[in-house]
Amino acid sequence: MSTYAVREAAPAAGTTPGTAQGPPRRRRIALVPTVTLLLGAVYCLLPVAWVVIAATKSGRELFSTFTFLPGTGFAGNLADLNAYRDGVYWQWMGNSALYAVLGALLSTAVSALAGYALAVYRFRGREALFNVLLAGVLMPPVILAVPQYLLLAQADLTDSRLAVLLPQILSPYGVYLARIYATAAVPADVVEAGRMDGAGEWRIFTRIALPMMLPGLVTVFLFQFVAVWNNFLLPYIMLSDDEKFPITLGLHTLLEQGANTPAMYTLVITGAFLAVLPLVALFLVVQRFWSLDLLSGAVKS
Amino acid sequence: MTSATTRRRPYGAGTAPYAHPSPATARKGTLRAPYLFVLPAALLFLLFFALPIGYALWLSFRKVKVSGLGLGAGARTEVWAGLENYTDALSDSELLNGALRVLGYGCVVVPVMLGLALLFALMLDAEKVRFTPVTRLAIFLPYAIPGVVAALLWGFLYLPDVSPFYFVLDRLGLPQPDLLDGGPLYLALSNIAVWGGTGFNMIVIYTALRAIPAEVYEAAKLDGATPLQIALRIKIPMVAPSLVLTFFFSIIATLQVFSEPTTLKPLTNSVSTTWSPLMKVYQDAFGKGDIHAAAAQATLIALVTLVLSFGFLRAANRRNTQEAAR
Repeated sequence: MSTYAVREAAPAAGTTPGTAQGPPRRRRIALVPTVTLLLGAVYCLLPVAWVVIAATKSGRELFSTFTFLPGTGFAGNLADLNAYRDGVYWQWMGNSALYAVLGALLSTAVSALAGYALAVYRFRGREALFNVLLAGVLMPPVILAVPQYLLLAQADLTDSRLAVLLPQILSPYGVYLARIYATAAVPADVVEAGRMDGAGEWRIFTRIALPMMLPGLVTVFLFQFVAVWNNFLLPYIMLSDDEKFPITLGLHTLLEQGANTPAMYTLVITGAFLAVLPLVALFLVVQRFWSLDLLSGAVKS
Repeated sequence: MTSATTRRRPYGAGTAPYAHPSPATARKGTLRAPYLFVLPAALLFLLFFALPIGYALWLSFRKVKVSGLGLGAGARTEVWAGLENYTDALSDSELLNGALRVLGYGCVVVPVMLGLALLFALMLDAEKVRFTPVTRLAIFLPYAIPGVVAALLWGFLYLPDVSPFYFVLDRLGLPQPDLLDGGPLYLALSNIAVWGGTGFNMIVIYTALRAIPAEVYEAAKLDGATPLQIALRIKIPMVAPSLVLTFFFSIIATLQVFSEPTTLKPLTNSVSTTWSPLMKVYQDAFGKGDIHAAAAQATLIALVTLVLSFGFLRAANRRNTQEAAR
């Protein structure tokens, strides 16, 4: 917004500011938007910065020193967390990774198949199926989770890893995204050319369409990965054996136990810090591969 | 929402591959292929969506009848209850209070979150802004952090013993409000949701802003429009579909608030086990073991969600078609 910009002449094209042309010239910056965004960034990073520093504090330092002053207890905290119930914390992290990777992979495969079929073929019941799937987006998970629990209990599957994994494989939103992307990315003539060459439908899908859909499927995968990793409600309802807990549920139980014993706070804080690390790392690495325009439904052909 | 899918004609539209088996062998596969492709999704839908919904409906119309003292086999039998569970749920003050609490919470979260998301998106899209890659990433980052962990981090920031805010207030000799009680608790919970959701919505709106062709702005600039006018008169109306989408998802998410209050519960006495309607459903189903009451309440919440979202989508569609007609 140039109204708010610090108005100074921009250096002429092809010249180097601050050399032969006289005094150094500042680039024009739109102050209000820049400052607004910086404030937003500070707000969003504040709790993360806090946990990074709080994790370095020993129990005594946590309550006695200024919050943003690093402490000396990180190694001790790590050892405490490691020792807690024979390292069940790492079990939780492993479980989360298992649920998220496997769940997101299967979910992406199911979404890709269904999304491709809905985009490419015209078959009886196509629109009905799509609309029914979309209605699934509107269903609050807890509405589903309670009867899902009761049904899985009939099948003797509650308190098993499958009870957390299976209900999360089908993602109506994933199918919706895959359909949009397949519609935009797989041209009809390419599919038709494949048929002319005598390729079977499955071969056309795996050899031709799938590579074209790959960027969109990466988004579906990441979306599902985050959704499963962050899920709390389903494991909260399904699981009672804490060896199978994902990290969200593990941290929750840790906090519940620690609520009345401030000595446990350092354990919870260190645990939260370590739990944030892998996802933030993953996020920073892969965010450039996200096709975010897919999320806003703004894909153009 | 579906504009991107309906705008284009699906492949083979009008040719209907299964209706014209020209080269006989290849076409046979085409006939079956789509059904095989959607089979996994359809099966999973039946097993984990349709069946549980049907089961919940069935349960909601039944109840446990206790005969005698309720001891011994056969003393507890399941019988048809009609609408009894529903009338009970509708007259349950705990559920009603939970609904009102979530309504109040939603009235803070949705406008603030979407307002901030739109503001940040417009700022990112403005000219001559510095640090956009870094700030965009920072604001989007909370999306990657689980709701439980977010609630936990903010919960500690609200705790007087460890909070930097209280430390500063204390040094300045200012009064220290209790963020985990009474009215401020709503703000404390809302803040967690706003923190977690703004970035995602910002990205959705920002991506829609980037899709507006540059010629539109150039024309407006030639007409002497200021950046503020361009934002208000051109940018915001043109990203209206994205705003509808984000509004829609925010409302659904708000109605489902569960993990944040459940996580804050150990830190304060002000969050009851029935703070939100979904917590009440959980409490009835697993705390009290009354799955019939829980099923009826769950069905009611699902109905409210469906009515709200369909009503809203229809209203949004009508507005869009009106604007297109103009």
